[in-house]
Amino acid sequence: MEDKILLAHGSGGKLSHDLVAKSFVKALANPLLDKLDDSAVFDLSGRLAFTTDSYVVSPIFFPGGDIGKLAVCGTVNDLAMSGAKPLYLSLSFIIEEGLALSELEKVVDSVQKAAGEAGVDIVTGDTKVVTRGSADKLFINTAGVGVIPEGVDISGSNASPGDKVILSGAIGDHGIAVISQREGLSFATKLGSDCAPLGGLVAEMLKASPNIHSLRDPTRGGLATSLNELAKQSKVSIRIEEEKIPVQEAVLAACEMLGFDPLYVANEGKMVAIVPPEDADKVLKAMRKNRYAKDAAIIGEVGAEHPGRVVMKTVLGAHRIVDMLVGDLLPRIC
Amino acid sequence: MKYITEFRSSELGEGLIAQIQHRSKTPARFMEFCGGHTVTIFRYGIRQVLPPTIEMVSGPGCPICVTANADLDKAIALAKVPEVIITTFGDMLKVPGSRSSLEKAKAEGAEVQTVYSTMDALNIAEANPDRSVVFLGIGFETTAPTIAASILQAEEKGIKNFYVLSLHKVCPPVIRALLDSGEVELQGLVCPGHVSAIIGSHPWEFIAKDYGIPCVISGFEPLDILQSVGMLVEQVEKGQSKVEIAYKRGVRPEGNQQALKLMEQVFEPSPARWRGMGEVADSGLKIKQKYQRFDAELAFDFDPGPTVEPAGCICGEILRGVKTPSDCELFGKTCTPENPVGPCMVSAEGSCSAYYLYGGGRGG
Repeated sequence: MEDKILLAHGSGGKLSHDLVAKSFVKALANPLLDKLDDSAVFDLSGRLAFTTDSYVVSPIFFPGGDIGKLAVCGTVNDLAMSGAKPLYLSLSFIIEEGLALSELEKVVDSVQKAAGEAGVDIVTGDTKVVTRGSADKLFINTAGVGVIPEGVDISGSNASPGDKVILSGAIGDHGIAVISQREGLSFATKLGSDCAPLGGLVAEMLKASPNIHSLRDPTRGGLATSLNELAKQSKVSIRIEEEKIPVQEAVLAACEMLGFDPLYVANEGKMVAIVPPEDADKVLKAMRKNRYAKDAAIIGEVGAEHPGRVVMKTVLGAHRIVDMLVGDLLPRIC
Repeated sequence: MKYITEFRSSELGEGLIAQIQHRSKTPARFMEFCGGHTVTIFRYGIRQVLPPTIEMVSGPGCPICVTANADLDKAIALAKVPEVIITTFGDMLKVPGSRSSLEKAKAEGAEVQTVYSTMDALNIAEANPDRSVVFLGIGFETTAPTIAASILQAEEKGIKNFYVLSLHKVCPPVIRALLDSGEVELQGLVCPGHVSAIIGSHPWEFIAKDYGIPCVISGFEPLDILQSVGMLVEQVEKGQSKVEIAYKRGVRPEGNQQALKLMEQVFEPSPARWRGMGEVADSGLKIKQKYQRFDAELAFDFDPGPTVEPAGCICGEILRGVKTPSDCELFGKTCTPENPVGPCMVSAEGSCSAYYLYGGGRGG
């Protein structure tokens, strides 16, 4: 019979220790984790960025990724969006009793691969097991710390009139890839999630110009919601052009079928950069050299009129307001 | 051929707009019947690019919006029957009835499941043999055939716990009622694309013949709408009134015979209540006697209570095309997508929602 996670795996006793030693520490080994102390202890200097996020995506495996990869990329990206170099992550599992051990190991394997690519170490963690029905298979929380290089000041409130708005690539892949696997809604698509760690990309962009004003990864709520957040935080308007926003045909088709607007569909490996006009081309060039931003494009610019408003020039040359997402497009996509 | 990007090309769009601007001399008011068209018009800002000679007004073609409160109350009351599981398309959840909504009933313990196909509702019925599964049959000719098919399949499989609350509506009779009321004067009608894919173009002929109003059946992409408006302008300028199909990739003059047969087999015409328009003869679809045991209305004992209309809400007038959301005192104030007062703010195809989301009420 296939090995399943039992309540005892989270009890803190023998089974817990075996699970941690065999399934986690072995796969995620690094000097800080290997000590197995109550806290990871390390030295850091400079300005730090610190963030946390919980991952409850359903299903836990989806085309292009799984909850493990998402849990690393999501937190790494949140750090990167502050301009920080991500360094250390914590990793906590809440596991529903009965999850196949092989599935958990597959997730840990993804965590290891993603952390390796992002250049971060998993330095501390926790495991809890809850009774069947109290969670859905597997929930993960990660928290992360990173160091912000000197001279970098990136914030959602730094956008200023005249700045260019750069999008790193096609939108909506993650949301549609996850939804395509949902029970009762499954449809065939070759689309995969864009889930990817963006720390490297941000470092290359900052090398091209340390003057980047704002960065944001448009996850839940999509591009429209991120742009609205930036416009409100910075008290500016943002004008974008529909024609310049890359969207894959498969995403457009799925959106038509489901009644979604791609502007509101989630991404897990994309970002918006707000950059002073004189640096925009340099940053764009640097982005296009990175594998995660080959299709990067300037999609619009920041204005002073109507603070907080996002306006889009449609393909027909008309203008319309792009509002924040209202309600939930579909729950639990990350 | 790409079915989406090619119908959103800005280059072709510019050409169509220039042609409309060049040809349109006579002032004309066109109604887009369908809520799907309303959304495209707002999403792409089509009203802004049309010449001042052309006025577009939105019609009653949003099935959720036109569902009367009395019928919504029935659905909500059914949800409260203990053994019932309500299955519905997601848009219905938030729509407020007289006192509650399905979303609120759900929070209070009623079982309401969102499905994307009537066949999913059948599966739920099969998986829960000790419960009664009711599908909310709300929609036009577009959805009615699939619901008819689910009833036939339930019969074939001997599924005894599946029911439909048929609140279906058919479109041509309500357009006649709208035109007979004399409230809106129209010089052209953009006819619904998906409804016409089922019923074909013939059922619209009376509008051109009896009322002298040009009709063009349109698809849902921005270029579809521009092309249809261009064809309406052509008819107006030439003094013609006929039914034309712009949406040739979706609609044949004779419609979809197989779907029509399914509908006829299971449903028969009945009077139906429309929000804002009251009861319209032969504009509803009732389950035929032969399939009566699937009729949720007859199968359960439930009390929808007295109907109350929301104070100040002008959804009815908006659906008739005589007022716009910006005429409503509640719009954007007490009535928002998060806290909708009327159904036109809830439904993705509702005029108020389209105005709100795409800035129609705030000047862009």
